[in-house]
Amino acid sequence: MSEDVKKTSIDFNNLKAGGFIKERGKDLFTVRLRVPGGRMPVSRLKKIAEVAEKYGGEFVHLSVRQSIELININFKSFDAVVAELGEGDQKVASCGARVRVPTACGGCEYNPNGLVDTQRSALEVDRKLFGTETGHHKFKVGFAGCPFDCPKSATNDVGFQGAIWPELDGDACISCGLCAKSCTEGAIKMGEDGKLVFSPDNCNYCGDCVKVCPSEAWKTVKKGYTVRIGGKWGRHPLVGTLFATFLPEERVVDFIACVLAWYKEKAEGAGRVRIGDIIIKEGPDSLLSRLRGGFPEYVVGKTIPPQVIATQVGK
Amino acid sequence: MQTVDLRGVCCPTNFVKAKLALEMVDAGEVVEFLLDDGEAVKNVPKSLKGEGHKLLGLKESDGYYVLTIEKVED
Repeated sequence: MSEDVKKTSIDFNNLKAGGFIKERGKDLFTVRLRVPGGRMPVSRLKKIAEVAEKYGGEFVHLSVRQSIELININFKSFDAVVAELGEGDQKVASCGARVRVPTACGGCEYNPNGLVDTQRSALEVDRKLFGTETGHHKFKVGFAGCPFDCPKSATNDVGFQGAIWPELDGDACISCGLCAKSCTEGAIKMGEDGKLVFSPDNCNYCGDCVKVCPSEAWKTVKKGYTVRIGGKWGRHPLVGTLFATFLPEERVVDFIACVLAWYKEKAEGAGRVRIGDIIIKEGPDSLLSRLRGGFPEYVVGKTIPPQVIATQVGK
Repeated sequence: MQTVDLRGVCCPTNFVKAKLALEMVDAGEVVEFLLDDGEAVKNVPKSLKGEGHKLLGLKESDGYYVLTIEKVED
């Protein structure tokens, strides 16, 4: 045996949150990078390219959860890879039964559809909850800035969707009817008298009326997240159901922490089970009433369990 | 025979620790690993076998698994 092989040492602290995934080949691992919300500063991208070229294979993989994964990394290079990525402020992600890196759309800074700052939310959740062990299974969080929902928020364990509540200032309305034409939900109709009729039950909080109104008669009076819990994909997909509306951005981390605490407690002894299946087993009222304790103004009065999506359609 | 207790050690640390333990012994030596049920026992034995080592045994013992591996040199 050669001397250098005998001396292999690895800093196990680097491996604590996972993110190093065994490949088929001997000694080779995929290193999953931590890219909350998919935002990648160009300077970091350059550093990643440098490290990939030095230690990895001929390509990197862009994962479906917005990560860059370095391929064909020899385990003996772990410490060097972590150190050199660190020079570019790039960290390694997680795997296993932990809170994963949150995904998010581009948000509202430059995307005209964005209603809330999903990037800020994703960064905050990443900073405060990333890698938290659930004790049971993986835990995914995703942020969509508006009801277009590009990130498919309801397929996350906790999914957030940007929302605004519109209110009409009748005096400022010029009866142009643009809002009624724009509303895809049939929530706004032009009455015979030229006055708008708003049906709140139909509103999906997209804010199209506020955006299109030329006289600023439609105003945003509430802003926050529609929150769905219990979603997942995989072999037995579930779509998360509604648990809260207009949750303020600054309450997001506390809300997720409350959901996590419920999950840790209720899944005790259940094995490797996602929260959606625990909600189905316990009934949604248990989680609703727990959340109501901390977030009474935002938690909905009632909801239904996560809904099963059939994938073997046509079988 | 050396025994390495990897119970409570999660992926991929358990596998990397097993690899390092095998690096420290000579070819032909046998090392025993204690592994948790679940992901650990599903992954570690196969991965070590995939690296060319010889799997001598895998037995359940009171809630965990005992894996016996003979080191094979490259």
